[in-house]
Amino acid sequence: MVHCRPFGFTGMVEPAITIENDLMGDYEMKGIYLAGACAAALLLGASAASAEGISDGVVKIGVLGDMSGVYKSSFSGEGAVAAVKMAVKDFGGTVLGKPIEVISADHQNKADIGSATARQWIDEQKVDMITDLTNSAVALAVQKLASDKHTITMATGPGSSDLTGKACTKYGIHYGYDTHALAVGTGTAVVKNGGTSWYFITADYAFGHALLHDTSEVVEKLGGKVLGNSMVPIATQDFSSYLLQAQNSGAKVVGLANAGGDTVNSIKQAHEFGLTDAGQQLAGLLVTISDVQSIGTDVAKGLSFTSGWYWNTDEKSKDWAKRYAEVSDNAAPTFVRAADYSLTIAYLNAIKAAGTDDADAVREELGKMKIDDFFAKGGQIRKDGLLIHDMYLLTVKQGGESKWDVANVTATIPGKDAYVAEADSGCSLDAK
Amino acid sequence: MDVMMRLILAQGMLGLNNGVFYAMLSLGLAVIFGMLNVVNFAHGALYMLGAFVALILSSYLGPWIGLDALHLGFWPALIIAPIVVGCFGMLIERTMLRWLYKFDPIYGLLLTFGIALVLQGLFSNYFNSAGTPYPAQPESLRGVVHLGFMVFPKYRLFAILFSIVVCFLTWFVIERTRLGATLRAGVENPELVQAFGINVPRMITLTFGFGTGLAGLAGVLAAPIYSVSPLMGANIIIVVFAVVVIGGMGSILGAITAGLALGLIEGMTKVFYAPAANTVIFFLMVIVLLIRPAGLFGRQN
Repeated sequence: MVHCRPFGFTGMVEPAITIENDLMGDYEMKGIYLAGACAAALLLGASAASAEGISDGVVKIGVLGDMSGVYKSSFSGEGAVAAVKMAVKDFGGTVLGKPIEVISADHQNKADIGSATARQWIDEQKVDMITDLTNSAVALAVQKLASDKHTITMATGPGSSDLTGKACTKYGIHYGYDTHALAVGTGTAVVKNGGTSWYFITADYAFGHALLHDTSEVVEKLGGKVLGNSMVPIATQDFSSYLLQAQNSGAKVVGLANAGGDTVNSIKQAHEFGLTDAGQQLAGLLVTISDVQSIGTDVAKGLSFTSGWYWNTDEKSKDWAKRYAEVSDNAAPTFVRAADYSLTIAYLNAIKAAGTDDADAVREELGKMKIDDFFAKGGQIRKDGLLIHDMYLLTVKQGGESKWDVANVTATIPGKDAYVAEADSGCSLDAK
Repeated sequence: MDVMMRLILAQGMLGLNNGVFYAMLSLGLAVIFGMLNVVNFAHGALYMLGAFVALILSSYLGPWIGLDALHLGFWPALIIAPIVVGCFGMLIERTMLRWLYKFDPIYGLLLTFGIALVLQGLFSNYFNSAGTPYPAQPESLRGVVHLGFMVFPKYRLFAILFSIVVCFLTWFVIERTRLGATLRAGVENPELVQAFGINVPRMITLTFGFGTGLAGLAGVLAAPIYSVSPLMGANIIIVVFAVVVIGGMGSILGAITAGLALGLIEGMTKVFYAPAANTVIFFLMVIVLLIRPAGLFGRQN
């Protein structure tokens, strides 16, 4: 595996790329053959064949995620790549007789780096589908770019409900959760338990903004009040001054509209500065079991959060988590990684059903199929690209039997209640 | 105590917490600038290096040399890291910076800027760009202290007190002792001091080592609070330069006072108008430059 990362200020952009199983030397040869094939097709007066079979003789899946930052250990990282590779292996390694290849890269939570990488992947490496896309800012940029280039994206890590709302695209799929579902799940549970006044600590970019907006809506709809908000840059180490503002607001609930390392830091520091001892309740709006592990179950005890999946719910899920641990070097079996696996299988099944990797045909198959596996119970991908499936409300418990046994499922939220109705999503694909 | 007062005091404590780091770093910069006339742009990177040395001692060194059980904790790091960073600084001075003294100071600035970029790039290549939590916070400094108006983590209180002591000692040595007098004389008139039998080049190397060692020390102190990231130096160095400019380039007392005061002002801004907190220092810098171009404590000439 080759890691290439730009040196120096990360503001100087070069796509940061991790290429695996790479046969760099073959590209030129392939290019020549391709050019020859195209020329032949033109001579014969036929259009380049794309509707049938596998283009370029290989199905390439690109995992574009945060491989080094705050979202590495709960969302992206090697754990996400391992989940996709595991799915490819379980699928048999080939589809329609052609090999399946998985490549990955680090977008460093920068939309420009993400876009540059995606562009290079699609144009030069002929990547057929891009997944992960943790970080909504990156996801929004890449989804738009990929759709313009007729390439399917299946985002798992990003939260913003805009991905399938006003920024929806024909080929963009959002798989696993979104900010609306989180707001409905956690927001409703907290308000119903008496948490009627909120102060938010929000990650200052697309994801945090969407989560703030969706949660405020839920809180206010249920008769609660939003007293204030602090916008905090992503990857902030010191939350103390924001936490003080939250404390001073007198709100009953401090809503953490952030994720990954930011959530871990803010919950830990809220504990350090005695917020919870003073009677305020924390509402982690996007928490993963990996975050809970980092915070420690003694500190996070009692925290309720919404999740797209939990490994300890049924035999199928437990079995998957066990096998995943073996192939991923014991990475956290978070719902996002399970989604990575599930969508890879769904995507490959769609190719098989369509008989081609052509984006239009595959997207149509994905919309038609029922996704009913260990991850998504009764799942269905809507026209706006959103996967509708059941969500779970988890509550952190102490003294679990294993490392990842950190929570109990306290409620199941049916997909149709958790996600926004198709008519209200704001997606204007139908109108076109 | 009413709510407003409590908030002011609490943000003040946090401001002081940031302020001691500004003070420690700008102090090192001031020492280096005052004694060597070098604008050390690598200072932030050396602060980062200090934090990484602490992290490596606790988490990586053992496995690297095959002793998995070896974890050097916070206290050893507090001594080792500044020495490592100081030696690294002296190496830079001996091998590179030395050749640039006869040129315009801008060359020293460019060289150190380059060194900062190289260090930052190297560490981003091998470590998480968003930071790795420092695992070895000493057991004795865990927990909190109730200050009446707020709950304050013990470790942060320790960092504040420790830094203030270090700042005071540095000021005392340079401004009030014979050693400091020799140093200052060496800057004013190197030939004459050399004639007294003092090895001025060696003195300069040691001074640079001391200044960078201070940056390393600040890095170790910061590690348990801010977690260790390759960009931590780049994030703070801009603020620290503003502090140095406000305090007066090369003024020891100015650096310390301005560092603490600006930390407090930043904290107060968070009480009254939070969005301006990140920029208030730069506003002040503009004002100070317009009114007293040599800084509050600088010699106006």
